[in-house]
Amino acid sequence: MKPKFAMYWAASCGGCEIAVLNTHEKILDVDANFDVVFWPVAMDAKYKDVEAMEDGSILLTLFNGSIRNDENEHIAKLLRRKSKLLVAFGSCACEGCIPGLANLSPVGDIVHTAFNTITTDNPHGIYPRTSYDVPEGELHIPTLAKALRPLEQVVDVDYYMPGCPPESHQIAAVIDLVVKVVKGEAELPPKGATIGVGDSTVCDECPRARNVKMIKEFTRIQDIAPVDPTLCILEQGVPCNGPATRSGCNARCPQAGAQCIGCYGPAEGVMDYGARLITAFSSVIDATTPEEIDHILDGIPDPTGQVYRFNLAGSLMKANKSAWEKA
Amino acid sequence: MSDQKQERVGVYVCHCGTNIAGTVDVVDVANWAAEKLKHQGVIIAREYKFMCSSLGQELIEKDIKELGLTRVVVAACSPHLHEKTFRTAAKNAGLNPYLVELASIREQVSWVHTDKVVATAKSKAVVSGAVSRVIENRALDEIKVPINPNTLIVGGGVAGIQSALEIANAGFHVYLVEREPSIGGHMAQFDKTFPTLDCSACILTPRMVEAGTHPNITLLTWSEVTNVAGYVGNFHVTIKKKARFVNEELCTGCGICQEKCPKKVIDDVYEAGLGYRKTVYTPFAQAVPNFPVMDKENCTYFIKGTCKACEKFCPTNAIDFAQQDQMLNIDVGNIILATGYDLFDARRVSNYGYGRLPNVFTSLEFERLSNAAGPTSGNIVLRDGKTMPKSVGIIHCVGSRDKNFNNYCSTICCMQGLKFAHLVHERTGATVYNFYIDMRTAYKAYDEFYQRVLEEGTLFVRGKVAEVTDAARNDREKGKLIIQCEDTLAGKQRRIPVDMVILSSGLQPRKDAKEVGKLFGISCSMDGWFTEKHPKLDPVATMTEGIYIVGCAQGPKDIPSSVAQGAAASARVLDKILQKEVSLEPIKASINKEACSGCRICNGLCPFNAIAFIADDMVSDINPALCQGCGTCVAACPAGAISGTGFSDAQIMAQIDGLLLKNLEIGNY
Repeated sequence: MKPKFAMYWAASCGGCEIAVLNTHEKILDVDANFDVVFWPVAMDAKYKDVEAMEDGSILLTLFNGSIRNDENEHIAKLLRRKSKLLVAFGSCACEGCIPGLANLSPVGDIVHTAFNTITTDNPHGIYPRTSYDVPEGELHIPTLAKALRPLEQVVDVDYYMPGCPPESHQIAAVIDLVVKVVKGEAELPPKGATIGVGDSTVCDECPRARNVKMIKEFTRIQDIAPVDPTLCILEQGVPCNGPATRSGCNARCPQAGAQCIGCYGPAEGVMDYGARLITAFSSVIDATTPEEIDHILDGIPDPTGQVYRFNLAGSLMKANKSAWEKA
Repeated sequence: MSDQKQERVGVYVCHCGTNIAGTVDVVDVANWAAEKLKHQGVIIAREYKFMCSSLGQELIEKDIKELGLTRVVVAACSPHLHEKTFRTAAKNAGLNPYLVELASIREQVSWVHTDKVVATAKSKAVVSGAVSRVIENRALDEIKVPINPNTLIVGGGVAGIQSALEIANAGFHVYLVEREPSIGGHMAQFDKTFPTLDCSACILTPRMVEAGTHPNITLLTWSEVTNVAGYVGNFHVTIKKKARFVNEELCTGCGICQEKCPKKVIDDVYEAGLGYRKTVYTPFAQAVPNFPVMDKENCTYFIKGTCKACEKFCPTNAIDFAQQDQMLNIDVGNIILATGYDLFDARRVSNYGYGRLPNVFTSLEFERLSNAAGPTSGNIVLRDGKTMPKSVGIIHCVGSRDKNFNNYCSTICCMQGLKFAHLVHERTGATVYNFYIDMRTAYKAYDEFYQRVLEEGTLFVRGKVAEVTDAARNDREKGKLIIQCEDTLAGKQRRIPVDMVILSSGLQPRKDAKEVGKLFGISCSMDGWFTEKHPKLDPVATMTEGIYIVGCAQGPKDIPSSVAQGAAASARVLDKILQKEVSLEPIKASINKEACSGCRICNGLCPFNAIAFIADDMVSDINPALCQGCGTCVAACPAGAISGTGFSDAQIMAQIDGLLLKNLEIGNY
C-alpha cells in the first residue's frame, strides 16, 4: 500500500497549489508514490472522510495558507492529528504572508473595508453574518479570528517550506527527497527544519555587482531610468529585501530587474525579519544630520509594508495589540 | 535546556551598606532566587553587606570550590565598577571569569526607585534575567596582544609638553602633534602666571626647547591627526603634516625670510588680533621649532604669482613653494589628548560691548597687552595704542556661571582677574575695580594673592555686571565706559565710569571637540569637555582603553593642575608600556561564512576597520585582532550571519525571558 498524501489550502491565494502543479511531470511521481487522500483543489473530498481516517495515517500533508478563521483552525488541528509529517507550505503557512498584513487593523475594520470600498457594489450595506436561519435549518460560515496566525502558532509543525509561492524546482526536489525517504534511500532532515531553501540570503544567488553601501536616497524602481542591470539594486537606491531574505529562489526578482520583496522569509537564525532589515537599511544611510536621515527614510513611505510584507504575523511582535490578546 | 547537564548557579545579593539594602529587601531577593530559580540550577543564594569586600569575594570563591558552582550571578552595582573584581574572584577559584554576570540592582534599581516593594520586585526580575543569561554564557579566554611602546600626544600646550617629557625621559618614544606652527599653547601667550607672578615665557620656554630637542620626541607641528584605527597597544594613526613651504632639513631658523617678507597681516591667533605678523612667520621669537610657516591664504606669491622675496633672501634655499601636505602613518600603543580650550567668545555677551566698544578687551587681549614681548611691549594702553588708562574695570565670570552661556565655573577667571588687577596697578597706577559674583581662590597661595591685591587698593564690587555702555548720563561719565552693576553688598545700583574694561572670559571646549572625540572614540560631557573614566578615581583615563585626556581638554583648570594631569597620564602610559602586553576582552564579532551572502551592508560600518570583503569567496570577514566587540555589525547584518561573543542571541533572549519572569514556568525552559 502506498503512503498517503494530503494538501490543504487555508487562508491563501492559491498560488502554492499552482506552484505544485507547475512541477509538471514531477506531479506524476506524487501520484506514483503516494495515495492522494485529500486535496480539495485537485479532487473531491469531504472533511468527514478525513475525520474518519485513523490518527497519523497520512504520511505527508502540505498545508498552505494561514489561520484566519475557525474553519482554518479546525482543519489545521484535524490534519495535524491525522498526519505524520505536517509541512507549513508556502509563506502564508510559514509566516502569514500578505494576508498577515491585516493584523495591522482590528477585524471589524477589515470587514468594514471589504464591504465598503468604492469598487464594492453593496447598496444596502449588507454585511456577512456567521449564522443564518433558513427553512432547512441554521447555516454557518466561518468566524474570523481577531488576528491571523501562521500555522505554527496553532499546531505543531514538522517542516517549513517558505516562498510565495515556493519555487517549483524546490518543490520537485522536496518531492524527490520524500520519495527517497519512503523507499528507504534517504533520511528526513531534523524536525523543525526549513526545507527547499538555500543556506544564505538572496544576495548569495544574486549575480549583481556590489560595493560598500552608501545610500543617499531611497526611490521606487519605476522612478529610476535606466536601472543598471548589473549593479546591486539596493545600491541604486531601491529598498531591496534581498540581504535579509533566505536564499532558494535563485534571486528571481533581482535577476529579472526588480527588487526582492522578501517572500522567502528570514534567513536561518534570524529572530525578526523586519527588525533585521530596517537595521540594515538604516546602517547604510549616508547622512550627517537628523534632517537628512528623515529625508532619506521618507523615501520608504510604508516601512511596515516594506520590511514586514510577508513576515508580520510571524514577526517577534506578531502584530498589533489585538493580536496579542488571545486570537 | 533539558538535554543539557544543568549548571550549578550561585546568586550573591549585595547590600552595599544601605545603598541597595535601604531600598531593596535584599534578604527577600536572595530567598526568592533560591526558591523560584532553583529549577534553573540556582543551588545557593546568599546576601552579604559588602560583596566587593575581601570577605564577600571569599564567600564566592569558597562556594565555587566547595559547591562546585559553574555559574555566578552577583546582584550588586554596575558592571563598570566591580565586574572585574568578581571575575577575578571567580578566576582565583578556578572558574572561567566570563561565567560571572553582574546584575545591577544599585544603579538600575535602588538608586532610581523609592518604593521598596516595587524596587524589590524589580530586583528579582533583574536577578532572574542575569541567571537566565549566565546559563547561556560560554567560557572565554582573554586575548593577549603586545603593546607598541610609542605614544602619541595630541596638543603641545603645557599639559602635552609635560606628558611628552615624562615619557621621553623614561626612555620611550613620543610623537607630539601640534596644530599650530609652534608648541607652547596658551601659556606661551601669557605674561605672568598667578599667584607667583612668574614670567610665563621664562618658565615655559625651557620646557619647550627640551621637548623640541629631546631625542625621544618627534615633534610634528603644523600637523593634525586625521584618522585613528586600532585599539589599546596597537593604534594606527594618520597625521596630516600641512605644507610649511619651508624645508625643515635646510632651514636654520635665522628669521631672514620673516624680516624680508613685505606683507603684514593681523595675527588673530598668537597676538589675539592686537598685533601683526608677516605671511611667512613663526608665531613668536621663542617658537619651537623655529622653522617658519607660510600663510598660503595671504602670501603675495600664492595670490599673484610674484614676490618670492623670502626665497630670494633665504641663505639656505629652504623656501619651497612646491611643498605638498604630507600624510604620515604611525603606530602607537597609547594616545594622550591635550587639546586644550578655546576662549569664550565675549561678543556673545552683547551687553558688555566687546567688539562694539573699542576699549573693552578680552582676557587674552590683555595678556598680550601686558606682555613685554607683545605688540605694545608690555605697555597697558587703550585701543588707540598710546593712552594709559586712569581707571580700569575687570569683569569676572564672562560666559561662565551664566545660564545663557555656560553653567560651569571656568576655575581660572577669578585668579586671572586678580592677576590683571595687580598688573594694571603696578604698571599704570590706575584705579582698578573688580566685579565678581563670588571670589573663588582655592588652592595653594591663591587666597594670599587675593589678600595682596586687596591691600594694593583694588576695589571690589560684588555683583553681576548688567551692562557696559558709552552712553553718558552726566559729565562725570562723558567719554568713559560706564559699568552698570548691582552692588549686592552695598545693596544698590551703581554706575562706575572707567577708561578700560577687561572681560575675564571663561574657557570653552574646543569648537571641534566633538569631532576630535569621535575621531579618537571618546565622548564629551553635555558641556563639551572630554569625559574621564571616573570623575574622582580615574580623571585622566577615558572609557576607551589606551586614550587619556589631560589639561583643559578634560575641563577648565589652571597651569599646575594641567601639568599634574600631564604627568599623571604619562604614569598611566608608562605602566601600560612596561606591562609589554595587554589583555583584551575576548568579546569579538565573527561571521558565519556559510550564512554570509556578501551583501556588504556591514563593510562600511566598522569603526575599527576590522571588516574586509573577500571578493574570491564573496563573503565578508572580520579581523579578530582589530575587532573591539562594539556590536555594530552584529546588529546591522540582515542575514543574522554575524554574532558577538558574550552577546549572543541566545544570551540576550534568555535574559529578556528572565526579566519577564517567563523562566518561572517550569518546563518552558
